[in-house]
Amino acid sequence: MKKSDLVKLQLKANWVWQETVRIHYLAPETRVASSLSPVEILTVLYYGGFIDFFPKNRFSKKRDRVIISKGHGSLCMYPILADLGFFSKNKLKTVCQSGSFLGGIPDPIIPGYETINGSLGHGIGVSSGIAIALKKQKIARKVFVLVGDGELHEGSNWEAIMLAGQLNLNNLVVLLDNNKISMLDKTDNIINHRNLPQKMKEFGWETIEVNDGHSVKEVYTALNRTKNQSKPQFIIFNTNKGNKVPKLENLPLSHVIPIDKNYMKEIFKDE
Amino acid sequence: MNFDKLVMRDVFLKNILQSMERNKDIFFVTADFGSPVLDDIRAKYPDRFLNVGIAEQNLINISCGLALEGYRVFAYAIAPFITMRCYEQIRINLALLSNVRPLNVTLIGVGAGYSYVVSGPTHQCYEDISIMRSLPNINIYSPSDSSQTDSVFHHVISQNGINYVRLDAQLLPLLSKVKSSSNKGYRKVASGNDALIISTGYCSHTALEVSEYFSKINKPITVIDLFDLRNFDKRSLLAIIRKYKFIFSIEEGFVGRGGLDSIIFNLTKNLDIKYLNFGVNPEYLFEIGNRSEIHEKVGIGTKDIIKKIKSLI
Repeated sequence: MKKSDLVKLQLKANWVWQETVRIHYLAPETRVASSLSPVEILTVLYYGGFIDFFPKNRFSKKRDRVIISKGHGSLCMYPILADLGFFSKNKLKTVCQSGSFLGGIPDPIIPGYETINGSLGHGIGVSSGIAIALKKQKIARKVFVLVGDGELHEGSNWEAIMLAGQLNLNNLVVLLDNNKISMLDKTDNIINHRNLPQKMKEFGWETIEVNDGHSVKEVYTALNRTKNQSKPQFIIFNTNKGNKVPKLENLPLSHVIPIDKNYMKEIFKDE
Repeated sequence: MNFDKLVMRDVFLKNILQSMERNKDIFFVTADFGSPVLDDIRAKYPDRFLNVGIAEQNLINISCGLALEGYRVFAYAIAPFITMRCYEQIRINLALLSNVRPLNVTLIGVGAGYSYVVSGPTHQCYEDISIMRSLPNINIYSPSDSSQTDSVFHHVISQNGINYVRLDAQLLPLLSKVKSSSNKGYRKVASGNDALIISTGYCSHTALEVSEYFSKINKPITVIDLFDLRNFDKRSLLAIIRKYKFIFSIEEGFVGRGGLDSIIFNLTKNLDIKYLNFGVNPEYLFEIGNRSEIHEKVGIGTKDIIKKIKSLI
């Protein structure tokens, strides 16, 4: 990958971060910290050439399927989808307003979303069903599913993980936004995932670990490995909840804490 | 098919097996629950058969994913497990999602009511109708014999959407010699002027027994077997109901908790009639016995129903 392309991805990620904060500025009831941890993961996925999508024919059989399992923590998808033409950028100002289709937790009435996302622990199973169907129908497309580490405490994930390994769904990629914080505490203090890479390996998955999930270069390198996939892949992106926001970043209770209003005023003061 | 010799499950699965030949979109998923006919399906169509293991939550989610890609999915498990273990998966990924994306999924639950009578409360199922009724976008079918199960199959295969089909696990006699039709969602299996019983599933056999008694004492009553619990023809059923002063319902589900009786109550609340609902006392029972013995203990015994109706009409 050229250095100039990496710079472009970085600039796009910066823009997505800023627009996500702006959504929260206009709609303070949104959960912002968990929407800032997957900014680079989703930016590189959508802009790095890893998936095909068709905003004007959103359910085209030729698309790669992107499932957002950690629904509320994916508001950074809104600017990405608007920027790519799934809906108008003007709509970004309407999040959580009456009559808007952009809620605090996304639903598939929003162009670009495939499934219902508010309840946790559903994404890997539904994605596995899609992945099985694509293989049976000989459609050479992948299913990417964004999952949170706190969400992995839901048992339904493990039913799906066991089956996907058994069936060797090598068109399924879990993107784990490992921000290490659940709602009330650090994930490890609630139930420690212990050796997740080893665990996944034992279930028949290939694990890739990304030290810095906010480095577009590292994210790009990891996603590049999905091109030669022989097993279901589990990519652990180590991220920060509330990334780059002072007084919020990595706070154990960041899930429910809004960004300081004065800080946001400062960011958007020139507009 | 020999409907009087086949359990509902085998009639439904035989139909699926036959349809899989011409309908390449059918996919069968099971949570490690079988039957001899299922063995034929997995032997003949291994490419469209999947056992997800004892994992009902994943059964529903896998079914959803397959349906999103265009498959017409049949998901198969024991009735209490395919409804209650994975209720939130049904709510989110079938009821809610089908509001915005087309999905064809039929849940086949075997073991309605006290079918698995000696297995105890975990395997018995007296809550499914009420909890499935509370979800929008799901059709509910509760056939009372194998012939009607055949009709229900042809009905669900011809329409799109989410269905829950609750099947009895025991071999039940044919309720009526007349081949049932799904057009109205109910059928009349006995006629009389003195009262009307509306029942579903196994309890339509109880209702028929009750009506036979009243025929003998020259007080014939009508029995309506309601098998399409969501989309039955309300208008014509209401027209029948209006002819009677006394209406009764019998179900193998908890009484007054949103099952069949709730359907009838909502239908008749503005009418000047007397309505009494027979159903399972809402408590769990660990006693072992045959189905009619258990029915006597939980409030839907034939003798008790006859006694009560006799005191009223």
